[in-house]
Amino acid sequence: MDLVNFPEMSRENLRAMRVAIDGAFRDFTRAYGETLEDIFLPVRILLDFLQRLLIDSPWILVLAGLAAGVWLLSRSWKITLGTVLSLLAIGYLGMWTDTMRTIAMVAVCTLIAIFLGLPIGILMSRSERANATITPVLDMMQTMPSFVYLIPVVMIFGLGNVPGVIAVVIYAIPPMIRLTNLGIRQVSRDVLEAADAFGASSWQKMREVQLPLALPTIMAGVNQTIMMSLAMVVVASMIGVRGLGQPVLQAINNQFFTLGVMNGLAIVAIAIVFDRASQAYGKRIQKHLEAQHG
Amino acid sequence: MAEARGIEIRNLWKIFGANGAAMIDKVKAGMGKDELNQSFGHVLGLQDVSISIPPGKIQVVMGLSGSGKSTLIRHINRLIEPTAGEILFNGQDVTRMSQQELMNFRRNETAMVFQKFALLPHRTVMENTIYGLSIQGVPRKQAEERGAKWLSRVGLEGFEDRYPAELSGGMQQRVGLARALTNDAGIILMDEAFSALDPLIRMDMQSVLLELQGELHKTIVFITHDLDEALRLGDRIAILRDGKVIQQGTGEQIVLRPADDYISSFVHEVNRGKVITVRTIMRRGPAPSTTGVTLLPTALLEEAARAMTNADVNRANVVDDSGKLLGHISLAKTVAEMIAPDISEDDETDTPTEISAAAS
Ligand SMILES: Nc1ncnc2c1ncn2[C@@H]1O[C@H](COP(=O)(O)OP(=O)(O)OP(=O)(O)O)[C@@H](O)[C@H]1O
Ligand SMILES: [Mg+2]
Repeated sequence: MDLVNFPEMSRENLRAMRVAIDGAFRDFTRAYGETLEDIFLPVRILLDFLQRLLIDSPWILVLAGLAAGVWLLSRSWKITLGTVLSLLAIGYLGMWTDTMRTIAMVAVCTLIAIFLGLPIGILMSRSERANATITPVLDMMQTMPSFVYLIPVVMIFGLGNVPGVIAVVIYAIPPMIRLTNLGIRQVSRDVLEAADAFGASSWQKMREVQLPLALPTIMAGVNQTIMMSLAMVVVASMIGVRGLGQPVLQAINNQFFTLGVMNGLAIVAIAIVFDRASQAYGKRIQKHLEAQHG
Repeated sequence: MAEARGIEIRNLWKIFGANGAAMIDKVKAGMGKDELNQSFGHVLGLQDVSISIPPGKIQVVMGLSGSGKSTLIRHINRLIEPTAGEILFNGQDVTRMSQQELMNFRRNETAMVFQKFALLPHRTVMENTIYGLSIQGVPRKQAEERGAKWLSRVGLEGFEDRYPAELSGGMQQRVGLARALTNDAGIILMDEAFSALDPLIRMDMQSVLLELQGELHKTIVFITHDLDEALRLGDRIAILRDGKVIQQGTGEQIVLRPADDYISSFVHEVNRGKVITVRTIMRRGPAPSTTGVTLLPTALLEEAARAMTNADVNRANVVDDSGKLLGHISLAKTVAEMIAPDISEDDETDTPTEISAAAS
């Protein structure tokens, strides 16, 4: 017996298998592609609206709006000032429009990730079976090279923003789900017992005890989701998402060193802004948890 | 306030494990806690506990760590499901209530105070205090009025907007107490409520509780592992060991007649002058010579001794509320009894009264 060469499937069979699966998937795409696109229409509308709002409004208003948003979240002059300076530099270096596109993209992806991730995380925290089923799926989503799931997404939706959003959300949603689950599970049993003893229903317990106490952990999930969405922006530009990723891609293909670095730095800058603002918010909402006798 | 009602615990069993009910017979046949755990992987929580908790009184449940105190008190509001037995309240068996009935029972009839306070860290003192009311759906403004009243009663006026983490342990437990009182429930369950506090603050909280109870007359179930605390607070005391009630009665009864060596070993250390009442050592008939000092039969030996020493006499008459003479005591007997169980005959010849089964 030949022990050196692995007894593999014959070439013809392997090809036949691939053809069959690809064919089936293509048929599925033809049959349901439009339905799926319709389902995602609200996403497209929201994203288009947000992009146009950020790009078509007077830049000074957009700048003021973003600065105000950062201030409201962080209540920190340092972070707000840093945001304004970064945006001014970005605008001056000609990357304003792309940056606005990316911000809109990340905002929409984060919203969707929260909107889907929160209930899934809650479900996992309440049911061991859901936990056991969903955990491996999350593991897969996080380890599967993102290029692989770009293929079916593009086959269904073609190139553009919507497949981009889907790809980014798949990549960025796991921490949101995991940390929601973890945050709820970490709530101390003593406090839950007190809620039970006072006759709280399970909905009251979730809304008034578990979610508020899990909030700092959930916020850490939101923060990671934002960071991962931003990281995915460059990859998503390969399937037609416009924004800061595209010039980077272009720079790689054409060896435009400066263009690549500038856009890369712009991504880093907004990443830092998002990160600091959301972390400062997370800290602020759990200030009362710190002991401060006296 | 809901009128105080008693609670009747009857033949309550709890055996932790997959098949607790099947283990009851083994325990009845004499299997001990350790053997049950080693051979069958079940933990004996409570065995055949029957306690009749009187309305409007403080029932203390005492026992060492692991004796099943927490398990027992959590059965009263069914935070733990029993293996067998019943808990009767107002003609209803708590162990058979539907989920909805149970929720209403917990909301309206009971409130609980916890050893580790279990306050909601993200809510202010006021928001914690009205937590029970907010669950019941009482409008916020009305709830805050009621909460403010109890917060001031426990001495926390001005702290309404602080967060629990900003308060000391003693103050946090005052919030815990205010939270329970604001609920206006007839039953208050307190699981080692003061055990986490420093001795002085603990005494303080005991005083607060006794003072409030003096006017509220709630049915309070108070868990402790500290005999002094049990004797100070308890109208009645039940002692648990390995999930079994080994003695119950008033503090005085337990101190005077401990049911077994286990109980006498820790009753030994107790300050008898603060537990035993004049009634126990009283002799019939008036004192041979009047001294002007009169005492109630419920006076503690310590008080009696002080009254006699202050007046520089060695005898006192015992009279009831209406002034009717019941008997008399001597200083010597009082002091002797305070120090140790005293079986010696007094210097007089008349027979001692029966050790009365005091107060119920
Ligand atoms: N959920 C559980 N599963 C298994 N065994 C348990 C469980 N809860 C309590 N026990 C066991 O039941 C016994 C009684 O425990 P319980 O907590 O009622 O004791 P306790 O008297 O309150 O002690 P402590 O003073 O330490 O609070 C212990 O042996 C404990 O290990
Ligand atoms: Mg306990």
